[in-house]
Amino acid sequence: MPRTLSAPVAVAFDYTRSTGPVLGRFLTGLRDGVVVGARTSDGRVVVPPPEFDPVTHQATTDFVQVASTGTVTSWVWVPEPVKGQPFDRPFAWALVTLDGADVPLLHALDVASPADVSTGMRVQVRWADERVGAITDIAGFEPVHDGGRGASGASLEAPSDDPVTGVITPVGLDYVYAASPEESLFYRSLAEGKLVGQRCPTCEKVYIPPRSACPADGSPTVEEVELPETGTVTTFCIVNVPFLGQKITPPYVSAYVLLDGADIAFLHLILDCAAEDVHMGMRVKAVWKPRDEWGTTIENISHFAPIDEPDADYETYKKYL
Amino acid sequence: MRDVAVVGFAQRQMKDFDGSPTCVELLVPLFKECYEQTGWTRHDVGFWCSGSSDYLAGRSFSFVQAVDAIGVIPPVNESHVEMDLAWAMYEAWLKIQTGEVDTALVYAFGKSSAGVLRRTLALQLDPYTMTPIWPDTVSLAGLQARAGIDAGLWDERAMAEVAQRSLTAAESNDYAVRKGGSSVDDLLARPMYADPLRKHDCAPVTDGAAAIVLAAGDKARAVRDNPAWLTGISHHVDPLSMGTRDLTRSPSAQRSGAALDLTGVEVAELHAPFSHQELVLRRELGLADDVVVNPSGGALVSNPMFSAGGIRVGEAARRIWSGDTSKALAHATSGPALQQNLVCTLSSTPEGTI
Repeated sequence: MPRTLSAPVAVAFDYTRSTGPVLGRFLTGLRDGVVVGARTSDGRVVVPPPEFDPVTHQATTDFVQVASTGTVTSWVWVPEPVKGQPFDRPFAWALVTLDGADVPLLHALDVASPADVSTGMRVQVRWADERVGAITDIAGFEPVHDGGRGASGASLEAPSDDPVTGVITPVGLDYVYAASPEESLFYRSLAEGKLVGQRCPTCEKVYIPPRSACPADGSPTVEEVELPETGTVTTFCIVNVPFLGQKITPPYVSAYVLLDGADIAFLHLILDCAAEDVHMGMRVKAVWKPRDEWGTTIENISHFAPIDEPDADYETYKKYL
Repeated sequence: MRDVAVVGFAQRQMKDFDGSPTCVELLVPLFKECYEQTGWTRHDVGFWCSGSSDYLAGRSFSFVQAVDAIGVIPPVNESHVEMDLAWAMYEAWLKIQTGEVDTALVYAFGKSSAGVLRRTLALQLDPYTMTPIWPDTVSLAGLQARAGIDAGLWDERAMAEVAQRSLTAAESNDYAVRKGGSSVDDLLARPMYADPLRKHDCAPVTDGAAAIVLAAGDKARAVRDNPAWLTGISHHVDPLSMGTRDLTRSPSAQRSGAALDLTGVEVAELHAPFSHQELVLRRELGLADDVVVNPSGGALVSNPMFSAGGIRVGEAARRIWSGDTSKALAHATSGPALQQNLVCTLSSTPEGTI
C-alpha cells in the first residue's frame, strides 16, 4: 500500500482580461487577419507591440502593419506536446521575424520532423478558421515554398470601429493530488467507519483531521486517537445563497463541530432540524451513509444531526471559538 | 550595512515525493536540522519567509498550510514570496538590515511532480501573447540554446561538457536525483530530445524543499566558527518577451554580478537548469577558468522548483563553513531562459561587504 492516498484533481479557470489600447490593437489586427507591430524609440518595429517603450517609457502609439510572412531566427523541436499547445502532434516552436518587423514573434511551426526546419527558413502565418481576437487566431506558422514576400511597413489606418477590448483565456491544470500521510490515515479510517485524529506530543492537543505538524508548536504528531462521533456545535452559519454545484436546497446550516475529545473543530452540515433551531452549544452526532456507499472520504458522513442532550456548557468550548 | 551570514542549511530532493504538496511533513525534519545546526529553538528565529507557488501545489494558500511546520503560538513574524528560496533569503536579509530582527529562517518547497511542470510554468509568461499557446519551459530554453549555437557562441559539445562535469560531480552529492558521468562522446551519442537539447541538457523534474538560516554579527559568530558572510547580494530582471531580448545574453545576470566584488571567487554555484545556461552565466559573470563551477552538480542533477536557487547559496555556504573555500559566489534564476537573476557572494570574513 502506498504511504499516501492520491487522486486526480483538475483546476480550471477562464481568465478574463481587458486588453488596453496596445494589445487590443494587436489582437484586433489578428482578428482581422493582419499582424500589427509598433515602432519603438530605437526605430525598431516590435511584434507583439509593447505597451510602453522600453527606453522612454512612453505609451506606444506608432503602430505598423507587418507581413504575414517571415524568417525563422531560432527554433526548437517539441517531441511531446503538452495540452493546449497549437498542435497535438510533434511540432517546432519558432521565433519568426516577420517581414517589416525587427524582432521575432514566438509561435508554433507546423512541420513533420526536425529535418524540415532550419534557421533562416521562410514561413508564413496560417490563420485560424475562426478568429476572435486572440494570439490563437494564428493557428501557427507553415513553410513558404515560393519564398514570397508579403506587403508590410504600411502605417495603419484608423483603428477598427469594433476593436477587441478583452480576451478570455481558459487555463486548466491537471494534478495528481496526494493527501499527507496523516490525512491518508484519516481517510482510510473513515472507510472503516472510524474517526481518527492525532495527539501532539508537546501540547497534547488532539487534531482531527490530523496534521503533519502541530500548528501551535510545530511538533510532528504521531499518536493516533480514535474519537467518538458525537460533538458540539461551536459556531455555524445559515446558507441562504445558491451557488454552482450546490447539493442541498437552501436554507441549510454549515457548522463547526467539535468532536468530544478533539481540540479543533471541523466543518460539516447540520441537518434533520430546522435551520433556525441550530445554535451554539448544540449537541450533535454523525449520520453515516449506508455502509456500501463508503469510501476514503469525509462524505461517508452524510451530516450531523441533533441529539437529545442538554446543550454543552459555554465554558467547555469557548476556547475553540 | 549589518554583517549577515548564512549559518544553517538543510535540503531534501527527490524524484517523486510521496506526500502532500504542502510539504509540511518534509519541512518538519528540515527545520529540526536547522535547529540542531544552530542550537536554536523556533523562538530564536526573528523572521520567517517562504518561497512556493500554489500553481505547483494545485491548491490555494499552500504556503499558509506550510506554516504548521513552524508552530505559530505565540505568533511569528512571517512572510512569503512566490519565488525561489534565494529571493525569500533576500527579503530576510533586508529585514535584518532594517535592524528589526537579528535572525531569520527562510524555506521553500515544491512538489513539481504533482502536475506537468514544463506546462505549469507557462503561467509565468505573458498572459495575452504567450500563455494561451502554452510555450513550455524546455522549449523556451531550447530556443535560447539554438540561438547561441547559430551565433557560434557554443556548440553541442560544449553543452555536453557541462552535463558531463555536473553528472560526475553529482556522484558525491547525496541529494542529486541524477548522477553518474560517462563521457562527452557518450552523451553526444544519446538521442536528441527537444532538438537542440538532449535530456541531460535539461534539469530533471525534482520535488523537494530547503531551508537557510541567516544571522547578524555576533549571533552568527555564536553559531559557527566560520559563518558564511553574505558580502554582497544583487538581483535584476530582463524583459519577459522572448523576442526583444538577445537570448544569447543575460544582461540581468551581468548587471547583478557587476554590482558585486567578484575578485577572489574560488567556487561558483550557478543555477543553470539547462546546460547552455551555465555557459551564458559564466560569460556574463566573467568567471575565470580556475573558478570551480557547481561542485554540487548544480541544477542539472536536481532542480526542485522554488528551492534550487537557494540550494546554490546553501552549497556555497557549506564550503565556507568547512574552511575549504574563502570566497564563493551563488546564483539563482527564475523566469524563462534566465530572465531574472540573483547573485551573491559568501566569504569567510565580513570584510569588504558591499
